[in-house]
Amino acid sequence: MNDGLKKFLLDFYNWVTGNGARTENEDAMTELPPVLPFTMEPDKIQSRFHEKTLQERRKDWINLHGLSVFSILYRSFSIITCVVIVGLLLITVSELPPFGDENNPANNEVIDRYIKLGGNETGAQNIVAGMILDYRAFDTFGESAVLFTGAVSVLMILSAARRKNDEPKNKLHSGFNDRNFLKRAPPIHELKDDDAILRGVASLSIPAIILMGCVVIINGHLTPGGGFSGGAVLSTALILCANAYGFKKVHEFFNERTYIFSSSSALLIYALSKGYSFFTGANHIESGIPIGTIGNIFSAGLILPLNICVGIIVAGTLYGVYALFSEGEI
Amino acid sequence: MLIIEWLLLIFLIVCAVAVSITKNLLNAVIIFMSYSLVMSVIWVLLRSPDLAITEAAVGAGVTSVLFFLALRRIGQMQRDNDKNKKISEASKN
Repeated sequence: MNDGLKKFLLDFYNWVTGNGARTENEDAMTELPPVLPFTMEPDKIQSRFHEKTLQERRKDWINLHGLSVFSILYRSFSIITCVVIVGLLLITVSELPPFGDENNPANNEVIDRYIKLGGNETGAQNIVAGMILDYRAFDTFGESAVLFTGAVSVLMILSAARRKNDEPKNKLHSGFNDRNFLKRAPPIHELKDDDAILRGVASLSIPAIILMGCVVIINGHLTPGGGFSGGAVLSTALILCANAYGFKKVHEFFNERTYIFSSSSALLIYALSKGYSFFTGANHIESGIPIGTIGNIFSAGLILPLNICVGIIVAGTLYGVYALFSEGEI
Repeated sequence: MLIIEWLLLIFLIVCAVAVSITKNLLNAVIIFMSYSLVMSVIWVLLRSPDLAITEAAVGAGVTSVLFFLALRRIGQMQRDNDKNKKISEASKN
């Protein structure tokens, strides 16, 4: 047995039992690092040794990948929703009864009565006008009231903004006022003198448009049309006039006072006259409103004045909404 | 007559798709206007002239005017005045 092997075995024995002489290298490795003095803040230590919780990992993940995943999900869900809705609608359309078939469920006794007795009962040649302004006049009243209420609330909001802007003491809070958006925008209807084409076209077409609107309104119980469509035609004439000749020109004959007066009196006339007719009809009293001969202008009882009332309200309201949003006042 | 109806219906669908596809908002409003006009002709063919008049006046007239107004409010559309002003300001600078 040579010395080398003996030494190796001894070393091995010492290494196994753990009480042999250590080499210098080993001593350096096992030596403990010097303990640092305690200088750090307690919360910093906590944050240093703090392991990331699940919630924080979620937040980090969202910050890193959230947007792309969201956009992918958003697109796929929107495509799925569109396809599902389109499919459902197509299925529904294919299940509908054929167009114009006489056995359709819409052809019930109501239609029968309207067509057979509508002319004699309402006196209207245009059966649609007879329906919406006689049988279903309360619906039309609600529609006109909704239109009028919408325009009046817009008028209230915007005119409140105007009055507030006039007062100098509220200038401090003008930044917080949402109603100032009209004031901040630049004025858009600066009248141009060289707009000859628009003025020429307007001077030719405005009388024709107004005539057309009046014909549609007044012949509402004889021919297709009526208060709503005629009023819309009249309002387009007013809008064209305001664009061609400026809002001041329209203000000469149609301003806020005129609008409020005409619309509210038209609504009042509508409500009172139709309320009277409903009251007498429900109590089986003779209302005394003549129906006249079918086909004449002055026939069909209340339908002609009601058409005129609806026409006034619609014309004023549609023009009023346009003027309010472009100028800030009617 | 049937051919005209089919042509109008195809034009209607093309308009409806084009409104959602087009990038320019002004073009979208004009296409929507033509959609309303075609729709009013279709109402006449379906024998409801009342709806046709209302569609032509409200859909093609008042709605488009309000859309144009909104476009000018949000600055997507400008009058020749504003363009001239911008050009003159730029030339001054």
